[in-house]
Amino acid sequence: MKISTASHPTNAANLSNDRRRRDSRGDIGARGTETAVAVESVTKIYGEGARAVRALDAVDLLIKDNEFFTLLGPSGCGKTTMLRCIAGFEHLSAGRILLFGDEIGHLPPDKRPVNTVFQQYALFPHMTVRANVSFGLRMLRRPSAEITEVVDRVLALVHMEQLADRRPNQLSGGQQQRVALARALATQPKVLLLDEPLSALDLKLRQQMRLELKQLQVETGITFIFVTHDQEEALTMSDRIAVMSEGHVQQIGTPEEIYERPINHFVADFIGQTNFLEAEIERIEGGFAICRGPGGARVVAKVTDGCDVGKRIDLSIRPEKISLAPPSGEQGELRGIVERPIYLGTDTHFPVRLDDGMIMLVRVQNAHGGNQPVTVGSAVALNFDAGAAWVLVD
Amino acid sequence: MADVVQPALPESTKRRERAQRLLRATLLMPSLLTITAFLVAPLFIILVYSFLTPGTYGGVIWEFTPNAYIQFLFERDIFDDSLVFSTAYLGIYGRSFIQAVVSTSICFLIGFPTAYFIATRPVRQKNMWVLLVTVPYWVNLLIRTIAMLFLIRDEGPLNHTLIWLGAISDPIHIAYTYYGVGIGLVYSYLPFMILPIYATIERFDFRLVEAARDLYADRWTTMWRIILPLCRPGIVAGSLLVFIPSLGSFIAPDLLGGGKNLMIGNLIALQFQGSRNWPFGSAAAMILMTVVLVTLVFYARQQSRAKVRLH
Repeated sequence: MKISTASHPTNAANLSNDRRRRDSRGDIGARGTETAVAVESVTKIYGEGARAVRALDAVDLLIKDNEFFTLLGPSGCGKTTMLRCIAGFEHLSAGRILLFGDEIGHLPPDKRPVNTVFQQYALFPHMTVRANVSFGLRMLRRPSAEITEVVDRVLALVHMEQLADRRPNQLSGGQQQRVALARALATQPKVLLLDEPLSALDLKLRQQMRLELKQLQVETGITFIFVTHDQEEALTMSDRIAVMSEGHVQQIGTPEEIYERPINHFVADFIGQTNFLEAEIERIEGGFAICRGPGGARVVAKVTDGCDVGKRIDLSIRPEKISLAPPSGEQGELRGIVERPIYLGTDTHFPVRLDDGMIMLVRVQNAHGGNQPVTVGSAVALNFDAGAAWVLVD
Repeated sequence: MADVVQPALPESTKRRERAQRLLRATLLMPSLLTITAFLVAPLFIILVYSFLTPGTYGGVIWEFTPNAYIQFLFERDIFDDSLVFSTAYLGIYGRSFIQAVVSTSICFLIGFPTAYFIATRPVRQKNMWVLLVTVPYWVNLLIRTIAMLFLIRDEGPLNHTLIWLGAISDPIHIAYTYYGVGIGLVYSYLPFMILPIYATIERFDFRLVEAARDLYADRWTTMWRIILPLCRPGIVAGSLLVFIPSLGSFIAPDLLGGGKNLMIGNLIALQFQGSRNWPFGSAAAMILMTVVLVTLVFYARQQSRAKVRLH
């Protein structure tokens, strides 16, 4: 099978011909400001009485038109339930869902102009690829000439035109994935829902499909709502991410906002790796909070809402933002002893044990042929920029 | 495999293979012996008997004659001994065939929704429902059929209730009619329809239903286009399991049909009991078996051709 990430602007432009013309490169400035999906205090409760489980607890989301929006969270956080609520597979316990202003929360799935790419693809095993892809159009009773044309076009879009007469069980996982995509795109849904579509693929293919999915979203101009537990997937593809946990949305923002400015412990910990430092604010100066950290170390963090002098706070410092140096003996330095490093290929992780026993992880890029700058058991100072420590408001 | 040149195997591997082959043969032997002794041999005896001359008090005389098969299609004129084509026995076969088709269809119409219902219950309820479906099988078929007769006869609870409710003024005659036989067949063989269909629906991937609904198919279309085609193996198995015994059934037509409307099963039984014409009974049985086998082979060929076309 030919796997290519080359763009097919012509196909894509035709596919979205009923939408207003956009730059096929997906200019961020041209991105619609219209709201595609509005989720208003949606609650979903499974079971009754004492055994009731709140899968979603008054969730609010505003997903813009033409946006690649990701619901990210650990398993059981409610992200798939949210997607199924939008698709119409779950009855809402409370709340409303609006699609371009129309309430769809009470409609059955076949009355909602959204389509789903299922986790295990759910291709119809008794139908050929072509029959699978044309199913939705046939259900909508489109003229057969139009069906043939659209099916050819979407199959070309996912590079599956050669295998149109195969059956799902004659295809590889990646090919099935493409058919599932083509099937969901054929009816030109207003919103495409993707439920962990890449989780069944192996790593290389997954990375390739990430690029292709993003490309497809930009080219078709369809709003994608993507569910995943894979933070790397979320960070690389999304315009915005909603981090979910235990039925609540913890934070919504661009990948950079989520990574650099996590709102609480959960988000900071779930996205990437981080070090937590307990500290007390000593004084606030020119937008920076000067804090007293473990062992009397002085830590400077950017001021955020809720920073007051004398307050005990938690700081999050990403391992790659810290550098190691020989201790200078200066007052207020953050010092520790280097423990056994973990070699990761591109980087090496150095766990550093602070005086109070806490471990800080430091990530050093292996830019110099694996020459370790420090040895196990040596004393080091941990240095980082003033803005690198982020105050977690909880 | 044959054209692959196998490297010489070490002696120990060869010995292990021989031991495994012996083990396989030993494991297979009991079922092979049983099938041969109790299925193949009796069938062969019936085949032989069907070409022999009937003895006066039952049994056979060892003289070859195809008379039994001729008798099936022709009547011998008493006066001039000439053969006249007769549809009497073909009629019995036709009637039995229709009876079997109708009861199989009714079993499907009742059995599919039932199986669907059971298969979509939570696990613990499922097992209870399956148990309930099989409960009648703890009772002898004869007893169940007689019980059914008591329920549906003119003075039975069914007619009494309907009269009491004012739905009818005179009892409706169900017992000793085709309807009675039909009810008996459906009642007897319904679980054979429910269980195989249940087994396929239970394994059915209901995400496909969600996918169909997501692609704008309503409930009915999803049933026709997705669920029924994918449950076809179970439906076919169930239909065969109901159709074949219905076609040759004996007890239901005998008791509920009152023996008035002769069916294949009764015809065969009659030859071995009252009429004492063993060869004709054997021939009738062989013809029934041939009809069933031809139907099956025809169906299997249709199936495989359909599959080839799909690929």
